[in-house]
Amino acid sequence: MAANPHDAGTVHAGNHRHDSGEAHGTVNGYVTGFVLSAILTVIPFWLVINGTLGSPALTAIAVMALGVAQIVVQMVYFLHMNARSEGGWTLMAFVFTIIIIVIAIAGSMWVMHHLNTHMMPMTPEQAQSLP
Amino acid sequence: MNFDSDLQQLVFGRLTLEAIPLHEPIIIWTFAAVAVLGGAVLAAITRYRLWGYLWNEWFTSVDHKKIGIMYIILALVMFLRGLADAIMLRLHQAMASGGGEGYLNAHHYDQIFTAHGVIMIFFVAMPLVTGLMNYVMPLQIGARDVAFPFLNNFSFWMTTSGAVLVMASLFVGEFAQTGWLAYPPLSGIEASPWVGVDYYLWSLQIAGVGTTLSGINLIVTIVKMRCPGMKYMRMPVFTWTTLCTNILIVATFPILTAVLALLTLDRYVGTHFFTNDMGGSPMMYVNLIWIWGHPEVYILVLPAFGVYSEVVATYCGKRLFGYTSMVYATAAIMILSYLVWLHHFFTMGSGASVNTFFGITTMIISIPTGAKIFNWLFTMYKGRIRFEVPMMWTVGFMLTFVVGGMTGVLLAVPPADFVLHNSLFLVAHFHNTIIGGVVFGMFAGIVYWFPKAFGFRADPFWGKVSFWCWLVGFWVAFMPVYILGLMGVTRRISQFEDTSLHILFVAAAVGVSLIFIGTLAFVAQFAVGFLRRKAYADTTGDPWNGRTLEWAVSSPPPAYNFAFTLVVHGIDAWWDMKSRGYTRPLAGFRPVHMPKNTGMGVVLAGLSLVLGFALIWHIWWLAAVSLATLIAAAIAHTFNYSRDYYIPASEVAATEETRTRLLAGKVAS
Repeated sequence: MAANPHDAGTVHAGNHRHDSGEAHGTVNGYVTGFVLSAILTVIPFWLVINGTLGSPALTAIAVMALGVAQIVVQMVYFLHMNARSEGGWTLMAFVFTIIIIVIAIAGSMWVMHHLNTHMMPMTPEQAQSLP
Repeated sequence: MNFDSDLQQLVFGRLTLEAIPLHEPIIIWTFAAVAVLGGAVLAAITRYRLWGYLWNEWFTSVDHKKIGIMYIILALVMFLRGLADAIMLRLHQAMASGGGEGYLNAHHYDQIFTAHGVIMIFFVAMPLVTGLMNYVMPLQIGARDVAFPFLNNFSFWMTTSGAVLVMASLFVGEFAQTGWLAYPPLSGIEASPWVGVDYYLWSLQIAGVGTTLSGINLIVTIVKMRCPGMKYMRMPVFTWTTLCTNILIVATFPILTAVLALLTLDRYVGTHFFTNDMGGSPMMYVNLIWIWGHPEVYILVLPAFGVYSEVVATYCGKRLFGYTSMVYATAAIMILSYLVWLHHFFTMGSGASVNTFFGITTMIISIPTGAKIFNWLFTMYKGRIRFEVPMMWTVGFMLTFVVGGMTGVLLAVPPADFVLHNSLFLVAHFHNTIIGGVVFGMFAGIVYWFPKAFGFRADPFWGKVSFWCWLVGFWVAFMPVYILGLMGVTRRISQFEDTSLHILFVAAAVGVSLIFIGTLAFVAQFAVGFLRRKAYADTTGDPWNGRTLEWAVSSPPPAYNFAFTLVVHGIDAWWDMKSRGYTRPLAGFRPVHMPKNTGMGVVLAGLSLVLGFALIWHIWWLAAVSLATLIAAAIAHTFNYSRDYYIPASEVAATEETRTRLLAGKVAS
């Protein structure tokens, strides 16, 4: 980052600059990540188009599982996440992100499920014919 | 004829001359006043040849200090607009509750309360908070700038573009009439077919880009650029609250962006995320927007808590009581703020278990906040308290905010909330916490750091006038609103049957006029300070006998902040240095590596503004052109390698020599 006046500890060395390894990507790593991501993208398309698994519910679960797998692949190969990089900061940030996402998704599902069960039981046709 | 209208629609979208609200005399007079005043300001800038100065020294600046000041100026300008809205609402309600109809029609009234909320939260409180963090935090951690200086400039201009779009809605078209969170189905295309909600969506999306990027920027700055020896548990509390606030920003603003994007899709391309048909659910919008909305409250108030911590420690001449507990309380609030969002819609129909869970988490979050209050009180205990203006704001905050906190815990009880939901009691509660907490804190911070930024103190007399008018004005304005709420008056009402309410609305209007006087006095303290800047000059850089590193440099600080990298040995680093007899190094200066100014932030944000305007008015060709130009300009900027320069050692030596002479002059007198 050329606009950063504090580059490489020449002018101003923060204490976290030297004791933490910054992960760098390699061409091999990026290619591996790309190929894995491509494969994990093609499989769900193939599952949906061919209907190989039969039941839609099973297909949906498989697509979501493959999506999660791809998230992990991208984090490892593109974002270079491991327990050591940046003195553990990336891992901590990742754990925090997971907590927030779990709170938001699980909370929303719980709340919306409650709201749903408190609704009057009604089919869509009944709802549309209301006065 | 038909061809003409087709052509017109192609060129101007749905923008026609009828979009200018000529039928609203209030708006026409406002426009006339704005045109005259704005024309006068522009003429004065031209007359005194200030355009070059403004452009080179301010608009294109990547200096965190100047960007911080510009954020605060933006916030104060928008504050005047938001306050004008508040005065209009209070005046209308005072008139309408006395048996009349008031002077605002419903369409206009609904726009005003929406604009008041949107402006006060997004374009006043947020820029105030970001501005203070921008100015102070790098100085407090001994850094020379933020991690990404250009990004900082760009973020500021994106926020400004959002503000300009909101202001444009006053004179071209209309603003949303939906309340500040624009719940569907009211904000959907069927109930709000014209441009109001679109102005709301695009101004928040554009400003949101700036907020998110500046959040990332400030986190990276704290993590990577602290000076040697400044461990996490040695950082000033304001820096801690800055860190937690920006983590909240980065974690929650994407949720707001996503929710608004889904609503935009509903409105623009006919999807059904938040409609009642086709499997959509408006309740999901309410749920999602509050997952952002509740952390947002703490995004605003945590930096204010940081300011109070600095102010109390400085003016009591004591180390902050319970530093560690203050840090843990801040971190606890950061996590807990994600677990309470449902208390904004207890009445939407969840079951007892859901409401109980969120009621209890809401009560729990008041515990770390209460711990902070005790820490500040114990810091004052046996301190040598100096009641300077920032300290007065702080004491005023403690008295006022505690009441707001208690009514909040009251509202956290679901059965009580069923009675008070959407009433004026709620309105009084959140104004109590936001004015008593955020506004008082930001005002304390501005007065506290004003001498640092400009080299002279604000006038204390007008500062005190401002404080007392605000404090008394707040209580006079909002206690009647609490009572009205308990009597069952709902919010956002413009017409009243019961004239017995009149007296309370009149009292509230009196209160808001006191607040208006307080605001004028707030501005006056800087103007009078400027006129008497010789007498109020701060030659030492440390006018309040401060404790943290920003007071170690001159006022105003040089562009490079610190000539040498400082080494920190404990909390309250500057106090520690002073007590160990620190002497400034006077020789051996080296060139300082600095980022270059760039106008690209203005260009990119300006293009975003055009894009937003085009999308609001469905001028598709303009939207396509501005989006393409925006992307091209952003890519072109990455090829600009001439981004840095060196301040030569001789210039650094000369700047430091000036400071040496100033300090010596102080000793001689």
